[in-house]
Amino acid sequence: MNKKSNHILVRSTQEYFKQNWGILLALLAMCVLFSVFGTNFLTKTNIVNLLRTCATNCYLAIGVQLAIILAGIDLTGGALAALSGVICVMSFENAGLPIWMGIALGILVGIVIGLMNGFIITYTGIHPFVVTLAMQSICRGTAYLMANGSPVSTTNRTFGTFGTGALGPIPYPVVYMVIFLILDFFLLNKTRTGRHIYAVGGNEMSARFSGIDVKKIKILVWTVSGAMAGFCGVVLAARMSSGQPSTGEGYETDAIAAAVLGGTSFFGGTGSVGGLIIGVLIIGIISNGLNLMHVNSYWQYVLKGIIIIVAVYVDMMKQRRQNAAA
Amino acid sequence: MKEELLRMENIVKTFPGVRALNRAGITVHAGEVMGFMGENGAGKSTLMNVLGGVFPADSGDIYITGEQVNIRSVHDSQALGVAFIHQELALEPYLTIAENIFLGREMRNSLGMISKDKMAEAAKPFLERVGLEVDPNEFVGRLSLGQQQMVEIAKSFSLNARILILDEPTSSLSEKEVEILFHTVRDLKSQGLGIIFITHKMAEVFRLCDAVTILRDGEYMGTVQSEECTENQLISLMVGRDLGNYYVRTFNQPGEIMLEAQHIRAGKRVDDCSFVVRSGEVLGFYGLVGAGRSELMKAVMGLDPMDSGEIYLHGEKVRRTSPMFMQNNGVALVPESRKTEGLLQQNTIGFNITLPVLAGFIRRFRVNRNAERKIINRGMTSLRVKAPSAEVHCAALSGGNQQKVLLAKWLATNPQVLILDEPTKGIDVGAKAEIYTIINNLVKEGLAIILVSSEMMEVMNMSDRMILMNEGQITGMLDREEYSEELILKYAMGVTENE
Repeated sequence: MNKKSNHILVRSTQEYFKQNWGILLALLAMCVLFSVFGTNFLTKTNIVNLLRTCATNCYLAIGVQLAIILAGIDLTGGALAALSGVICVMSFENAGLPIWMGIALGILVGIVIGLMNGFIITYTGIHPFVVTLAMQSICRGTAYLMANGSPVSTTNRTFGTFGTGALGPIPYPVVYMVIFLILDFFLLNKTRTGRHIYAVGGNEMSARFSGIDVKKIKILVWTVSGAMAGFCGVVLAARMSSGQPSTGEGYETDAIAAAVLGGTSFFGGTGSVGGLIIGVLIIGIISNGLNLMHVNSYWQYVLKGIIIIVAVYVDMMKQRRQNAAA
Repeated sequence: MKEELLRMENIVKTFPGVRALNRAGITVHAGEVMGFMGENGAGKSTLMNVLGGVFPADSGDIYITGEQVNIRSVHDSQALGVAFIHQELALEPYLTIAENIFLGREMRNSLGMISKDKMAEAAKPFLERVGLEVDPNEFVGRLSLGQQQMVEIAKSFSLNARILILDEPTSSLSEKEVEILFHTVRDLKSQGLGIIFITHKMAEVFRLCDAVTILRDGEYMGTVQSEECTENQLISLMVGRDLGNYYVRTFNQPGEIMLEAQHIRAGKRVDDCSFVVRSGEVLGFYGLVGAGRSELMKAVMGLDPMDSGEIYLHGEKVRRTSPMFMQNNGVALVPESRKTEGLLQQNTIGFNITLPVLAGFIRRFRVNRNAERKIINRGMTSLRVKAPSAEVHCAALSGGNQQKVLLAKWLATNPQVLILDEPTKGIDVGAKAEIYTIINNLVKEGLAIILVSSEMMEVMNMSDRMILMNEGQITGMLDREEYSEELILKYAMGVTENE
């Protein structure tokens, strides 16, 4: 019994390295580079810091990756996080609701917007890119309108702890990240829904013929993605002790970059949680490492753009090689 | 003897792990239609890719009009007058016919701008040669598949092609379009072109080709004059053994009614269709392409919306059909297109086979790997899928093996009613014979099978009863004793029973 499970573990670890060796190597190279040229890269404070920045990106990336596996995309993330943060803080600062309801409301905003994305995408047939781009604008606008253009701040300690507290040395946001990653792993690998997501993304028509409720799967995925963005917004608001309508600008780029770096193909049907984790770490390390090396932070944008193009190109090459082998 | 246009000899080509071609060859003369046959994976496409310059051969000789040549690129091949018309057409749908013909070689006017008029004018003679009477300024996307093929051929003329390779050109054409294509091919033949005609259909060989070259396991098996050989000779050359009786069927008394459809109407293609199918019988559906057979089946399965009509399963009325409901109640539809409707090409055999039956081994957050493996192994062994393991991606399998995986996938749902839509389309004779054996075994086990096919011989030999369709309507029903080619064609062409 024991021996057998060990065997599977060993095998899946081997499989993991075989699939992700390229990107793992890149990760390792970056770590080496930054610990040699940057100061304090390998200190405990910095690593905790690094993981904390990774966490918020990771919430979004989990949702975005699911959308990409469906051969779609979700661009709503950053703006939706801003909206849910604003609504969350306003609900207890202005409307006097209890904290926990504020948090729930923030997440609920994400779920509702995600549902709307899902419904529009499945029932109108408009491309997800267009729908979520439009929704991004709607969310951003609504956030500014509700907050009257300026941040809504809070002094509530309990709420602040939700974003800044720590479990021993590990900050709460990182704990949430780990929990979500585990849930995501189970969803994709251990449930029927997970396999259905891969099937719909790989070939929607074939999935329909196989008796899969394609509409349900699509609505579910964009709803989950919205919920993750809502959660991200609440955590950000708690960390900054304010709901800022301007927050999260460009976060969706980071999330897409992380998913793509982790081997999620834009053709749909592939992508793993293991890959996503490496993708998120690389994006986090780039920001963190370049900061430590005192590189002008605008360079980060340039670099991330380049990385997205390279990663997608590598994926296409992989795809082409597979097709050629067939 | 006519002028020799092309001779390929002793072509060898090895891919990592496989010897795809081993002393393969083909010879074509001017004014000759050379059929090119072989099982899937025999190396037909590989040899044609060598000729088309897609990749070079490891060794071997190619002569064009008697001179030895070296083909290193698609460009070389075109310059030597070879045109390869692929199965999947490579035209730009949003460009006009003329623009497609001169793609990459656009004509300009005196201002240096692209001139549509000039190109349209220049395209006309080429279109005339293929007998396509369409305005050269029409968008290609508006043409039928058959017409698009003609545009491809016209394009090859503009490149001065003398050797034309047609890769299974009739596979997606309607009966009428096939006639037009054959007419054009004969016309081209009289113009002195040499044509290589790749096909799996025996009837086409005898109707159109002067001779047939056969390849087996990458090796040249010989060339026979089509007038001097029989279907069985060709088959035994292709598979290297006598297949004996190709169609296997033992007939039994059918049992009770499993599925009944009454007055189904759906969209433009299905108009008031009713039928029943019993356990232990094969109900054939024959009709010309576009008769509405697939559409009727999709409506019955709930894949397409049904405008009106009723469906009864085991005598009970179905309130609302949906693919999930039908599958859970023992009805499975094996779709026609392996690529788009059937399989996830980039996923493994195992993933595909288990997709409709995930509930059998995934509960909540637990995957029962043993149960999963059992389902996969049962499917792969009972259908004899030839693959190193269940981890192989479907895209890497031959057409016949993909069809078996497809069957295994839907048999995993333990259906009582199995609807097979063109189950032998585009697969080789060996695999066909295997599929027929499988169908026969399933009927013996008591399944009710609906066999939708465009091959008359297949439906005639495999079915107990046959329903004929034309333009969305059922035009006739025949019992096995009444089968005759004339009668079947009459109904399929739309002559109804009372007339």
